[in-house]
Amino acid sequence: MRRKAQGHPVPMRIREPFKLLAVGAIYFWLTAFALLPNLLVVIASVLERGSDEFVAFAFTLDSYRRLLDPLYLGVLLDSLGLAAATTALCLLLGYPFAYLLTRMPVRWRPVLLLLVIIPFWTSSLVRTYAMVILLQTNGWLNQILLGLGLIAEPLELLYTEPAVIAGMLYALLPFMILPLYAALEKLDRRLIEAARDLGAGWITIFRRIILPLTLPGVVAGCMLTFLPGLGMFYVADLLGGAKTMLVGNLIRDQFLSARDWPFGAAASVLLTGLMGLLLWAYYLSSRRAGRGALP
Amino acid sequence: MNEWVIELRNVSKAYAAHAVLRNINLQVRAGEFLTLLGPSGCGKTTILRLLAGFEPADGGEILIGGQDMRTLPPEQRHVNTVFQSYALFPHLTVFENVAFGPRLKRIRGEALRERVMDTLRMVKLEDFAGRKPGQLSGGQQQRVAIARAVVNQPRVLLLDEPLSALDYKLRKAMQLELKQLQRRLGITFIFVTHDQEEALSMSDRVAVMNAGRIEQFGAPRQIYEAPENLFVARFVGEINNLPGRVVAAAPPRYDIRLHDRVVNLKSPYVFGVGDRVNVLIRPEDVRIWRECEGSAEERAALFPAVVEGVVYKGSTVDLVIRLDSGDVLSTTQFFNEDDQAIVNLDFREGERVFVDWVHDWETILPHEE
Repeated sequence: MRRKAQGHPVPMRIREPFKLLAVGAIYFWLTAFALLPNLLVVIASVLERGSDEFVAFAFTLDSYRRLLDPLYLGVLLDSLGLAAATTALCLLLGYPFAYLLTRMPVRWRPVLLLLVIIPFWTSSLVRTYAMVILLQTNGWLNQILLGLGLIAEPLELLYTEPAVIAGMLYALLPFMILPLYAALEKLDRRLIEAARDLGAGWITIFRRIILPLTLPGVVAGCMLTFLPGLGMFYVADLLGGAKTMLVGNLIRDQFLSARDWPFGAAASVLLTGLMGLLLWAYYLSSRRAGRGALP
Repeated sequence: MNEWVIELRNVSKAYAAHAVLRNINLQVRAGEFLTLLGPSGCGKTTILRLLAGFEPADGGEILIGGQDMRTLPPEQRHVNTVFQSYALFPHLTVFENVAFGPRLKRIRGEALRERVMDTLRMVKLEDFAGRKPGQLSGGQQQRVAIARAVVNQPRVLLLDEPLSALDYKLRKAMQLELKQLQRRLGITFIFVTHDQEEALSMSDRVAVMNAGRIEQFGAPRQIYEAPENLFVARFVGEINNLPGRVVAAAPPRYDIRLHDRVVNLKSPYVFGVGDRVNVLIRPEDVRIWRECEGSAEERAALFPAVVEGVVYKGSTVDLVIRLDSGDVLSTTQFFNEDDQAIVNLDFREGERVFVDWVHDWETILPHEE
């Protein structure tokens, strides 16, 4: 962005206190409610479990060692698998959807986008309970299928892994669609014409032009679905019947039921580390695509 | 046998209810530099888009190399486009941009490298092969766009106002380069522009377009010196229009009354006595006599006038002249080293002068509003 009229001392001085206040407030907020708690979590993760207090002030890497226990590694892998499956499904459904959205007449697009966003108006916890009503043995879905004569007896839908994935998909799909839509919307249609002009078919155009140019959107969408996907314990609880332990549930249980703060904190730090890694990948991909953008 | 590399027969196109092209007929010879010239919205870019295959024609036939293009998608046509916005792939290097077409033709390895680098050398960009388009200047991006198209050795190169984003000097230089490139490669160029000077200086033939029609199609000289209608006359260069009436006809010569004077002029058109006509004169064909020049007799045949405006332009002086009859003429006077009297061209506003023009250099057209 071009900065205009840099040499205006008087209005600048008037704005200075406001700027300080605004920026200062944000820094204070982030420090007090994001940096400090995270720091406390990191510190707690390397302390020992206390008998009277939640933590005892003695350094140990014991919590991290325990994370390597096959039991917990299994939990981590299950969580990663579930989040990855959800993300992959979101991408598979979201990409064509977002692409079609950008091809719609301009006056329809805001309405269609609104339809994507409307579910956000209700808490995702409430929406997950709604899924229970839909999926339970005498739920709507089974009744419709029975009524249509497609099935002879109710299907066991609730408390299965597909139910969990469906629930996560439902909760997370908008997070995939929105960044993809933003990336596809920015895509210059003339580049596609240029590629066709040079003899490229649709597969080549997608592989060599559309996908690389929307990669930052893909990565952003994957991050916005994968990361919450790792932590959404209530979906697995409500739709999976708390049969599968996930990292999210694990952390919650360590803090609230098991009262093992250092271990919960260590699991938390691990999750944060994973997120950091993904953010870094996003930074790299956006820098690659951003360099040499059209003037 | 067909000598045309491109042929449009009765091509029409409409967006919604708005007709953009009406019955276009156009033939292009192989190796020709053809320019589609016209104001924005005249349909010139639409012709390119139909040729490239981005849009279907509503009616008529489009033939490239004698082959009907109706069902052929853009990726299968032997034409390439240089886009107005260049449309370079921002995530690919200059080399990869140029290599995009050849790669699709399964050219690989050293053969690919050679072909791409040869083309880049041709547009003097061999040192920029590793850069991304965003790191190049406008003129360099323009060259990449040209290289990316010509590397495919198309039969026809379509250029959509490719120079409009460049500054004046660079545009002049690129005009020359493009023309040389076209001669060297022998590719047919179809060039779209709204700049009449560009059209005249570069093309073998020019099609002047207006409101979806071709108004005139011919060599630049024909277009400029013998416009077929008022639109062409006005759009291609500046022109003065004197309304008159035919008082005596002896084809090809006519006596035409211009206000209180009758002049005998030549025209290839056939007029009858009493017909209203427009006598069109280019500013550089207007001659101006000052009060001190010539005898009273000589002056009697001239049109008396007053200088209303003087614009010094370096190599010329442009005058705005109001005839006593009320018509306003614009004129261009060249500095002439042989003629001491006009060396200064120091006309003053309000000065009384006498005007005529080089007879038979005018164009006479039937009257139109």
